[in-house]
This record gives sequence, structure tokens and C-alpha cells, in this order.
Amino acid sequence: MAGIPHDHYEPKSNGEKWLSKRLPIVGLMYDVLTFPTPRNLNWMWIWGIVLTFCLALQIITGIVLAMHYTPQIDMAFASVEHIMRDVNGGYMLRYLHANGASLFFVAVYLHIFRGLFYGSYKAPREVTWIIGMLIYLAMMATAFMGYVLPWGQMSFWGATVITGLFGAIPGVGPTIQAWLLGGPAVDNATLNRFFSLHYLLPFIIAGLVAVHIWAFHTTGNNNPTGVEVRRTSKEEAERDTVPFWPYFVMKDLFALAVILAIFFAVVGFMPNYLGHPDNYIEANPLSTPAHIVPEWYFLPFYAILRAFTADVWVVQIAEFVSFGIIDAKFFGVLAMFGAIAVMALAPWLDTSSVRSGRYRPMFKWWFALLVVDFVVLMWVGAMPAEEPYATISLIASAYWFAYFLVILPLLGVIEKPALQPATIEDDFNAHYSPSTGGTKTVAAE
Amino acid sequence: MFRNITLVSAVALGLSAGMASAEGAVVHIEDHAFAHEGPFGKFDEMQLQRGLQVFTEVCASCHGLKYVAVRTLSDEGGPNMPEDQVRAYASDILLPVTDPVTGEDKPRSPNDRFPMSQFEGAPDLSLMVKARAGFHGPYGSGINQLFQGTGGAEYMYNLLNGYVDPPACAPADQEGYYNIAFEKGAIPESCKNEEGHSTIPGSWIAMPPPLSDDLVTYADGHTATTAAMAEDVTSFLTWAAEPKMMARKQAGLTAVIFLSVLSVLLYLSNKRLWAGIKGRKTTV
Repeated sequence: MAGIPHDHYEPKSNGEKWLSKRLPIVGLMYDVLTFPTPRNLNWMWIWGIVLTFCLALQIITGIVLAMHYTPQIDMAFASVEHIMRDVNGGYMLRYLHANGASLFFVAVYLHIFRGLFYGSYKAPREVTWIIGMLIYLAMMATAFMGYVLPWGQMSFWGATVITGLFGAIPGVGPTIQAWLLGGPAVDNATLNRFFSLHYLLPFIIAGLVAVHIWAFHTTGNNNPTGVEVRRTSKEEAERDTVPFWPYFVMKDLFALAVILAIFFAVVGFMPNYLGHPDNYIEANPLSTPAHIVPEWYFLPFYAILRAFTADVWVVQIAEFVSFGIIDAKFFGVLAMFGAIAVMALAPWLDTSSVRSGRYRPMFKWWFALLVVDFVVLMWVGAMPAEEPYATISLIASAYWFAYFLVILPLLGVIEKPALQPATIEDDFNAHYSPSTGGTKTVAAE
Repeated sequence: MFRNITLVSAVALGLSAGMASAEGAVVHIEDHAFAHEGPFGKFDEMQLQRGLQVFTEVCASCHGLKYVAVRTLSDEGGPNMPEDQVRAYASDILLPVTDPVTGEDKPRSPNDRFPMSQFEGAPDLSLMVKARAGFHGPYGSGINQLFQGTGGAEYMYNLLNGYVDPPACAPADQEGYYNIAFEKGAIPESCKNEEGHSTIPGSWIAMPPPLSDDLVTYADGHTATTAAMAEDVTSFLTWAAEPKMMARKQAGLTAVIFLSVLSVLLYLSNKRLWAGIKGRKTTV
């Protein structure tokens, strides 16, 4: 598939020509900024900019925090208090960083679910999707290790529980666990390597983000209709698209300003609302908190991890078939990673020829149920492992897998899709009259 | 439809975030209106100074405040005490510090921190208010914390006022003191039902009731009821846990106002920019 036809940078002055022959960096920036973008993108296409902003915010605040933080188990907690009390603006840096992680995950979940609804994962954007999933995994690893650094009670016990998951892998598990921890238990070596990796991973994420953008600049953006931009001529392409600059830069900046106003209200007025109060108690290996709860953004997958207990028949069959190698604990670990793996495989599990959920009458409802399911999983993940939460989390986990493994493949066969617009231009003009100066004529969905 | 789903899930996300309760003991924390609550709430300087007096005369005999530097007592947005008064307080009232070089005791200076706890069983109070914000009612929804500001300060206030006569189910020789707001203490078996759940509010705490009416004679002549002292010392400890709260709220307010104005400007710019595209005549 050829790229969307559009104008390219022509170096004009001698200086520009000189540089362009040696390093075409101006041309690259020109192409990125003028990239032809479908003109019908809706407000769910703003999360990419929010995510880019979050990554920059986390890296900048994180670098400054690292200047004042001490990764040593006897001093880490006190050094965080030093940041909160003595460092100029330190309390703001730390609250921005801690709540910035939450904003990062709010944005990434909305970004992922947008992709799932509008079929952004489908051919030819599978590589963009897979890289996105890798970014998401790296984000989770970074957030988890960052949460350990303040060395509070939840830091310590969260690290103990999560590294324990790797210990559940048959055979090599205990070795991997000891390698992650740098010893037999969560200790100074653990804190040191988590600090090191927490500093490293964001730069790997930044590299993956560059590849993510490269990939979708090769295929072109998806859009709410799922219909591709016409590529037969530059004139036709221009009727489906507008240049990224200034149209989407301005739109995204507006959206970012609104989101940041809400974000700063949280940081300014309730910065500890999303955190766990037990993390203001210094880590104590001799005192286990009553409930070890991960941060909110891990809760759905934490719920899946805990859902598969030894009395579930699927687990019992797996244990029998594998001659006991797969016990309930390992099954839970497999389920948790599997929940992300099935999402990553969506491009090959979805058999429908129609990309956008807008034109898929049955899919819409199953997708809505998936969103509800995700929220339910988040809720039960925060609840203690007892009835009725155990049953609810089992049903909700089952739906998560059923959606990707059964419903997506089947829907493509049995569903009769609605009529799609022929072009993006038609869709855009159906919403905005060509003659009334931008007045909305048809209510968007 | 997508928009509705987004809204619903955003609300649900916010709600589920505040959940994490259901400990052994059942406690009901009554909301209390503190001066510092809400986006515009401010610490009452006189109240913080009275709270410091209660802390010094009552709490400090057991509890420490090891993360709080004495000099911060003269900070704006905190007790805002005159510097000479703080210097005198550090050297005359607080325990001396041991010089790390000579090993001899010397008077505490404002640049030192408050002393540590005197007993192992008495936890440090520097962060106690923030570490006890962990009840998010009703039904784990977090609504009380979100809209009423119910948090660690309420917990401490309820705890200090929570000493009542023990219930009839408790044996006479039950160790400790019954407190209806204490969550993590012991509960005698005779006060539990068949499923092992407690049938009474609160539990038994090791700390004897620290406050009684007129225990402290306030320097500013304020009446010293137990409730008044509890409120004063709770406010002081809230400041001790979050000394930059006033600066934080100010910065937050400035940022929200700035970003709101910026949003309006960007909205208008965006609308104007797109008007040409949205109204453009096309040849089909």
C-alpha cells in the first residue's frame, strides 16, 4: 500500500540544501507536522497527545525527583519526606509524578478501548497495535517499580506479592524470582535494581513511542468510519484529510488544556485520593497489611489473577491434564498475562471485514459489555478475596477471554454489518454542511 | 454511544479507585468540618499553635514527630510563630540532641527535627494523618472522601473522642482501652458472632485516653474541652503531615484558573480554524 499522497519538503536556500543532503531532519519534521490526517477524527483521537505529554511529564519530574531521592532501604522513605518538606517545590514534583502515573493510565486505557471499538488494530495496523501493547507492558513494569521506590508498606508488600508471581512458574520460577529480587526476599538489592530499571524503562518507552508513530504514519491514521483515505490522487486524498498542523495540533492542545485543568485540580486539592494511605507508613517486613491492594490501574488484571482459585473446574482440568505442573497459582499468572496476550492478538481474532464498530450492530453491544466488564474487574480487584467478589471476578474474567477468543471470531461470521460511507469526505459532509460555515447538521453518535 | 460508555467508565474509575476497606473491626467515622478542608480551606494559625501546645504537653511524652523540622513552626501556611519563640521552644522545651561528634547532649536548635517516639509502642505522628485516610465510605465508593473531605484528620479526631465505656460482651480483664473509632486493635472472642465478625464498633487500643477537659491551659485563653483539644491537635498533626498544603492548594488554584482560561482561548481558536474546513464547498 502506497502512502497517502501529499507535498514533501523542498529545501530552498543553499543552507537548507546543504543540510538536507547530509541529514534530512527538516524534511522529517515537515512530513510529521504536515501529515495528512483524516478530517473526521472525533474526540477519542486526542489520547495520543495526552500520552505523549504524560511521558514527557513523568520523565522530567522523575529526573528531578531522582536528584533528591536515596535508593537505600534505611533512607528511601525519609528521602521522600525530605522531598515533600525541604526541597523547593518538591511536594509538587512528587504529586505531579504520582498522579501523572494515574493520568497516564487513564489515557492509555481510553486509547486502547478507542482502538478496540474503531478496529484500529485491524490490517494494515497490526504492527502499530503490537507495539502499543509492548508500550503498555513497559508502562506497567515502570509504574510497578516506581511504586516500590517510596518504600512504604504497600511498596514493600506489593513488590513481595508481584515478584512472588514469577516464583509460581514451574521449575525456573524460584530462580527468576531470586534474580528479580537480587536475593531471597525484597531487600536493598531489590530497591536498587528497581530504581535503576525505573529510570531506564521510560527511555525504552520513548523509543517504542517513536516506532509506534512511525508505524501509523506509514499506514495512515484510522478514523471513526474505518474507511481508508483515498490514495489514487493527491486531490482526492486532500478531500479526505487535513494536515496535522495546524488543525489537529490546535484541537489536541485544546483537549490537553481541559484535561490538565482537571489533572491540576486533583494534584492541588486531593493529591492522595488515588494512592493507598498505607504507603505513608514506612516498609516493615514484620508487619503485613490487612489487604494488599495494587494501584487502581492494575486492579482489572489483579482481579483476573485472583479469580482462578483451586476450586474452579478449568483450573482442576488444567492441573489434571498437565500432571500437576499447572497449579492454581501458576494458572492465575497465566490468566493474567493471557488476558493481555489475547488483547494483543485481537487483529487476528477479529474476523469481521468491517473495521469500525460504528457499522457493526451486534459488535456494539458486546463491546459495551467489555467496557462494563473492565470496570467490574477493577472494582472486584479492590475487594477482599471472598464471596460474592470471587464469583463476580470469575464471571468477569471469563467474559474478558470469551470476548476475544469466542465473540470476536464469531461475530465476523454471523453479523450483518450496516452500510458504510463510501469515503471519509462523505461522512464528514454528512455531519457538517458544506455551505453553512461549520454548523453541525447531524448529531454525532 | 461511545461517548456514554466513556463517561460511565470514567465515573466508575473514579469510584473504584477509592476502595480498599473491610478490616476486622467495624468503625464509623463521623465527618468533622476542619478549617483546612476544601480547595479554599486554610489552616487556622492560632489553632495550630494551640495544637502544638497540646502535642507538647500531652502527646510528646510518648509520641515523636521525627520528620518535622522545628524551624518549620515559623513557616507561613503553618503555625507561623515568631522565630525567637521557635528558637526558645527548641532549646528550652524540647529534649536535647546528642552531638554526633562529641557524643554529648546539647540544646536542640530550630534546624533539628522534633524528637523521636519515647516508647517503641508509640508510633511516630509525623505522617499519621495521611497514613490513616484509608476508609472510603459509603460502600467503598470514596464519595465521603471526595465530597466531604473525610480523611485521616477525621479518623484522628474520632479516635481522640472515641473512648467510651466497654460493651457488656467484653470480659472485665480485657487489656487496653475500648475505643469506637479504633480499627486495628484486639477484639475479645466474646464480642464476635459465629462467622468471627465483630458485633461491636471499634476495638481495644493500648493508648489510655490522652485528653480530659481542662488538661491543658491554653496560652490564648481558649476553652480546653476534650473536643476542642482533639480538634486543635488534629489540625496541628494534619499540618505536620502535609506542611505544604496551603502552597499546594494555591498552586492548584492558579493552575486550574490559568488552564481554564487557556482552554477557552484554545476552544475559540480551534473553532475558528476549523470553520473554513467544516464549511468548505466540495465538488463531489
